[in-house]
Parts: sequence; C-alpha cells; structure tokens
Amino acid sequence: MELKQFNFLFLYQETFALTKRLFIQLKRRPSTLVAGILQPIIWLFLFGALFSNAPKDFLPGVDSYGNFLGAGLIVFTAFSGALNSGLPLMFDREFGFLNRLLVAPLTSRLSIILSSFLYITILSFIQSIAIMFISYLLGYGFPEFFGLGIVFATLILLVLFVTSISLCLAFILPGHIELIALIFVVNLPLLFASTALAPISFMPSWLGWIASFNPLTFAIEPIRVSYTSSINLDFIALHAPYGDLTCRNCISLLFILTISSLIVINPLLNKKLN
Amino acid sequence: MNYIQIKNLSKRYFDVNALENINIKISRGSLFGLLGPNGAGKTTLLKILATLISPDDGKVEINGIDLVKKQRQIRELIGYVAQEISLDKILTGRELLDFQADLYHIPKTKKLERIQDLIIKLDMQNWIDRKCGTYSGGMKRRIDLAAGLLHLPEVLILDEPTVGLDIESRNIIWDLLKKLKNDGMTIILSSHYLNEIDYLADTVVIINDGKVIDQGNPSYLKSKLGGERISLKVREFSSPEESEKVKEILNKIDGIRQIVINSAQGYSLNFIAEKEKDLLTKLKVELAFSKFEIFSLTQSQPSLDDVYLQATGKTLQDAEIFMAGKRDLKKESKQSMR
Repeated sequence: MELKQFNFLFLYQETFALTKRLFIQLKRRPSTLVAGILQPIIWLFLFGALFSNAPKDFLPGVDSYGNFLGAGLIVFTAFSGALNSGLPLMFDREFGFLNRLLVAPLTSRLSIILSSFLYITILSFIQSIAIMFISYLLGYGFPEFFGLGIVFATLILLVLFVTSISLCLAFILPGHIELIALIFVVNLPLLFASTALAPISFMPSWLGWIASFNPLTFAIEPIRVSYTSSINLDFIALHAPYGDLTCRNCISLLFILTISSLIVINPLLNKKLN
Repeated sequence: MNYIQIKNLSKRYFDVNALENINIKISRGSLFGLLGPNGAGKTTLLKILATLISPDDGKVEINGIDLVKKQRQIRELIGYVAQEISLDKILTGRELLDFQADLYHIPKTKKLERIQDLIIKLDMQNWIDRKCGTYSGGMKRRIDLAAGLLHLPEVLILDEPTVGLDIESRNIIWDLLKKLKNDGMTIILSSHYLNEIDYLADTVVIINDGKVIDQGNPSYLKSKLGGERISLKVREFSSPEESEKVKEILNKIDGIRQIVINSAQGYSLNFIAEKEKDLLTKLKVELAFSKFEIFSLTQSQPSLDDVYLQATGKTLQDAEIFMAGKRDLKKESKQSMR
C-alpha cells in the first residue's frame, strides 16, 4: 500500500463513506439483517425443542440444551455474516463499481477492506445481541460484564479471520456464483464439525478430532463459558482429544489464526488493489 | 509545453496487442479526441491514463508527474468517466455524489456547494433524490459525469460519454464539455461518433488496431486530404474484381489520387479529385472507353471518416462491424475485472 502523504483524517473520511454506503444498502434492503436474526432464533426454538429431553450428563457445564446451543448460534451467525462479506465486493468487481473506488486518490486502499470489516463486525454485534436477548427471554441466561467482553472479543477475532478469507475469495474467484457456491459448501459442514450443536464427548472420535481443530470451536467454547458466573480466562473451555484448552488458549488460537490469515491475504490484496 | 505526454506506450492482453508504441502529446486546456472503432484500443489507453491498468512498456506523464510511479498524485488530477456506467442502484444520486466527494476528501463545507452546483449545471434537480436504479441512460450518464467533476479535476477523461444517449442529454453534455474546456480543463474524450469529435475536439488521434494512424487538428486532417471527396459507383453492387478494374482506370487519370475501394458500400470507389474543370469529363470518357457507366457519383468535402478511410481502407462503420464479429466481450469483461 502507498504510505506517502498518509493522512488519518482522510483515511477516516473514506472508510466512513465506504462503511456508510454498506449501511445505507442494509437499511434499504434489510432482508440480510432480518434473516440473520430470524434464522438462529428459529434454530434456537427447533433445536432447543428437539434436544430438550437430552440427558443432563450429555451437556457439560450447562443445565439445558438451549443454554448450550446459544453460544453455537451466536458464533454461527457471525461466521455466516463474515463468510458472506466478500459478496458486496464481488458485486462491485463485477459491475465495475470497484473501478470508481480505485480511480479515487484514496489515502490507503486498505479503507476498502477496513470498511468491510467494520460493517460485518457491527452487523454481527447487532445480530448477536438480538440472539442473546431472546435467549435471555427464553430463560437461557445472559453473560455478566466480563463475559460480555469475552463474547465480543471472540466475535471480533472470528469476524476478522473469516472476513479476510471471504474478501480474499472475492478477488480470487471469477464471479459471485462461484463465491455463493463455495459459501454453501463450507457453511453448514463447518457448523456440524464444530461444538455448536453437540459437545465433543458426544461425537465419534474422528469428528471430535476435526471439531477440536475447527476455528468455530475456538470461538464457541469461550462464549459458552462466558455464560457461567464464575468465568475467568483460565477456565477450562474445551476437553479436546489432544488435551484441555482454557478460554485463554482458545482465544489465543483464534488470535493466531486471525493474524496468520491477515498476513497471508495481504500480498494478494496488495496485488489486486494496487 | 505539452501537459500530457505519452511515449512509446504498449499494452498486451495475452496474445493481443491492445496498444502498440503509442506516442501522443496533449496541451493543457485542450479537448483531445480519440477516434476509432470499438476494439481499437481507446478504452485501454484511457484506463491506463486513469491508473486502472498498467502499461507493459512506455511512459506517461501528466504535468510532469510519472503516471506509473506517482499514481495517487495522478488520481488527484484526473476525473474519470468510464464507458460502462457503474452506479450503486440503492443510493440516490445525491448520496452517490456525497460518497464520491468523501473518496476525494472534499471538506464538508465545500462538498454540499459543489454537489448543488453540478446538480444545476447538469439539470438534475428533478430526479437527484431518486435511487440510481430508477435512472434512464441519460440520467445515469449525467450523474456519472457529475461524479467525475466533483473534485474539480485538471484532466477529465471520458470514455464514449454519449453512446446511446437521448439528444437532450447529449446536448447538455456537449455544452458542459465546451464550457469546461473554455474554463481551462484538459479533456480527453474517446468516441466512435465522427460528428462528436468533429464538433468538440481541438486535436484528434485516430486509433486502429492499437496503433495511432493519424493525429492533428480535425480541420487540418481533412484539409490534408485536399481536393474533393468523390464516391463513385459503376453499378449498385459491384464485385471486388469489377472495382479493381475501375480502380486501374482511375489510377491512369491525372488529378485523381488516394483511391480506396469501400467494401461496406457495395465496393464503391472513394477518391480525391483535384479541383480541375474537365476532370469529371475525362473520367466519364475513360470509363465509357472501358465500357463502364456511372451509376452514381457524389461529391463532398472530406470528413474525418474520409481521413479514417484513407488511412485504413475501411470506413469507421465497416470497422465497427468487423470488430463486432471479432470481439469476445465476455472474455474482455473478465480480463478487465481486478
């Protein structure tokens, strides 16, 4: 990226404009937001009812399946949103709107990426708060202040990680059809191969191994633990086949994955944007 | 001094030479026309000037600034109006201009003033607050032009700005371009409309197959041909062989030069005739001697199309048809995507 004459006020102005555009689109076409809130709530009702009679020892550390499922759905919602974040960029590429941005003397073209991150992060927060609030109304509890901090920190890391991959795909793949197809292929299998719907102890050994390496699991478990009142970062969050992971371990792993993905995609974004 | 200098510029797309050794000089405050059929390389050249693609070879300088090395400085100088209008359908025209102003870091106080000024200049008051998705082609083009002018660029680059427009929108754009030029803006305009270039441009470059085939002032280019332009037919639709025979006859007549067979118009013969009193009589006699009759003969002052025809052996329209069959627009669109 060009760094000469770098001006933070200009960077703010262009990032704000790009983010504002995405929110205007959301306001005039709110179906993404509505679907993103409705879908997990329907899951919460249906799956909550489906497994309401599950034996108590099936679910470690929680007293109901709805309580267990909440964390998985928050992460799944953020994950789906972030996975779709490449779509607006892909449409801008396809319809030539990206050229309008590239011809402008942006202080840094990083603002194009930054605006996507901001948009998806804020959208995920709105959706997550809605899910947490409805879970609370259903009697599944609500995290305390420190727990909320863990929820949002984990979501930011997950959104950064997945959004960076999605934006990268938006530049690599030839069109939106291919991107949507890939999202379809990846979305649900990653959910089922995580601890969103069932604990590792309930899974066959091979799936347990996959789930314990799944980045979604690293996000789900700290959020699940954040609902307990006595939470601290050294709380054991995951009994993985290779050993126990604390909340700190899970968040650290997620952090490493996020930083790695940002480092890996940086050359590609530089090439495509400059 | 030349404000824009393009030296030995070349660009290839896989096995196609989009631009080959282009040399152009443009003076400050002039309206510079790029004339050529679709697929000639006009858009590639303009995209290079707009910093959207990099040249393979050669150098471009705007106001002494190297276009490849100092891209951001160049972007501050230029306004670009692309051939394909890309608007955000969800935004209103005003929101789009506001968005564009922020991308160019225009201060809030000046932003509203400039947007309002352009709304009036381009007569957009009645529909500026409607969503862009509801606009007609002419409205889209006007809002796109306004977006390109918002930051008061020194150079305005327009890629076929009036293609498919209604007369009202076209006249508004033409008038504005004339006014901007008079105010000192340097304008580069590509077109395959001869009348547009003839009416607007101070200097014109004719491009064909990625090469510059002629350049200069439109009047100069036309007068360079000299004489009178004559289009001759010995039959409504001649065969190529017959036209070749007539060409041989014409070649022998003093005062007739630059004979071109125009396949797009039934293999008629286009040539320049010196203004001599008895030249047409001589022509009739020579044709009659070889048992040809004149089916039609039209005289006209040379146009830019004649300049193009003289240089390539094809009319611009003929070249358009030829290129339309040759181009793979889907492939080109994919290639142009980042």
